[in-house]
Amino acid sequence: MKNLVILGAGTAGTMMANHLRPKLSKDLWNISIVDQYKTHYYQPGFLFLPFDTYTEEQVKKVGKKFIPKGVNYIQKKIEQIFPKENKVQLEDETLSYDILIIATGSKIAPEEVEGMKGKNWHKNVFDFYTYEGALALRNKLREWEGGKLLVHLTEMPIKCPVAPLEFAFLADSFFIKKGMRDKVEISYVTPLSGAFTKEKSAATLGYLLEEKNIKLETDFAIERVDNENNKIVDYGERAIDFDLLVTIPTNMGDDVIARSGMGDDLNFVPTHENSLQSKDHENVFVIGDATNVPASKAGSVAHFESETLTDNILLYIDGKPLKEEFDGHANCFIETGKNKALLIDFNYKQEPVEGTFPFPGIGPLKLLKESVFNHWGKLAFRWIYWNMLLKGISIPFVSRNMTTAGKKLD
Amino acid sequence: MTTTISGTEINVTEDGYLTDFSQWTPEIAKELAKNEEIELTDRHWEIIKWIQDRVNAGEALSIRGIKKSGVLDIKEFYALFPGGPLKLSTKIAGVPKPKSCI
Repeated sequence: MKNLVILGAGTAGTMMANHLRPKLSKDLWNISIVDQYKTHYYQPGFLFLPFDTYTEEQVKKVGKKFIPKGVNYIQKKIEQIFPKENKVQLEDETLSYDILIIATGSKIAPEEVEGMKGKNWHKNVFDFYTYEGALALRNKLREWEGGKLLVHLTEMPIKCPVAPLEFAFLADSFFIKKGMRDKVEISYVTPLSGAFTKEKSAATLGYLLEEKNIKLETDFAIERVDNENNKIVDYGERAIDFDLLVTIPTNMGDDVIARSGMGDDLNFVPTHENSLQSKDHENVFVIGDATNVPASKAGSVAHFESETLTDNILLYIDGKPLKEEFDGHANCFIETGKNKALLIDFNYKQEPVEGTFPFPGIGPLKLLKESVFNHWGKLAFRWIYWNMLLKGISIPFVSRNMTTAGKKLD
Repeated sequence: MTTTISGTEINVTEDGYLTDFSQWTPEIAKELAKNEEIELTDRHWEIIKWIQDRVNAGEALSIRGIKKSGVLDIKEFYALFPGGPLKLSTKIAGVPKPKSCI
């Protein structure tokens, strides 16, 4: 018997288990998936938790439900990967593998910025990228009486790069609905040169911040959070006051990648961007947020990657050349508040542009343009996630590689 | 779009970043720096070269990465490229500015 081991039972790892079990003979291949946590979170829902739009129950389920029969689900901590020996050390046993799939994701690392995870953490300094952070922020917003709200992004790359902008837009709607928008000043603080950094997006969406009266602070490279004076300070000694700081801390790959010596500065695993094979070990493949490929860290990307990676695992087993086809395809809804949303569809080379999706010229979804229908799409996506995406079912009419049909190109 | 810098026609984005690194020359860098009111010293050239090497190796640039690199500390980076060091240094080095997905 041969062994295929998947590390991580999040979005990417769960999809790979579902893709591969029916395709690999049960007489020849054992498949194991390792994850120490019992709960599978619907992470896109963390954006809605703070505003009381989603409840706790809507964003979590027992992970085991999504692991197919015939896959060995091991709920243990991963201590270290030994890629030269084809072994993975768990807390109390060692697994040997013929093929390893790393799907250990990324997580926030607030301790990377001085004072961020200080005495005011989850008091007036919040993240919403964790279940605990999103819930703590929800409780704060329920009683907050207003003041200066900063929506802040520490540095790229982050999971779901549009989430901080969405948070700022939804905050505007939230406070309007509560009848207290005049008591809240919202600023968006970014280390980049603008809220929109791609040409087409900047041209078509630039109006959004002004329309929602959100102030913009650019080129802000945070050095520390000053908990005594409630300020964030950058390396150029520029300071911005806040009453409530909602920050996206540095995002990093899992610590096990660092312990195993397999990552870059941010613990992301060097990965071939078109085949998803690791650059250092030919029987190690990497998917989702754990890679260092220059695609967005998002569930849709993991979904498109999983289709290519499934083919490549089968090709690798047959000793055939791998497909170098993954194009960085991402497809993301962006909430803009007031029950509207945008949709973007792009890849490594093609920036988001206007158009119709998925049917060229018809839609019904509109690209890079606000619409109520897009918002319904975003809400419907939660059902698609639990019932199709995790199970490895292709989304109808949406192919793994990006298509230019229906897009307005120059 | 194209623009002419020190007698050479080059392709740039709307905000003035080179779109084709092969068109970059030290003369163009000097001119781009002058537009940002920066006089390039030996130290600037070292940093420009380092940024170009990182980007051409496919690595992402971040303030944090620079801090970890040991090549320069962030205060010095700000002193060399006042205001927005990443934004300015990448422009002068002829590489794309750090971006998000939209």
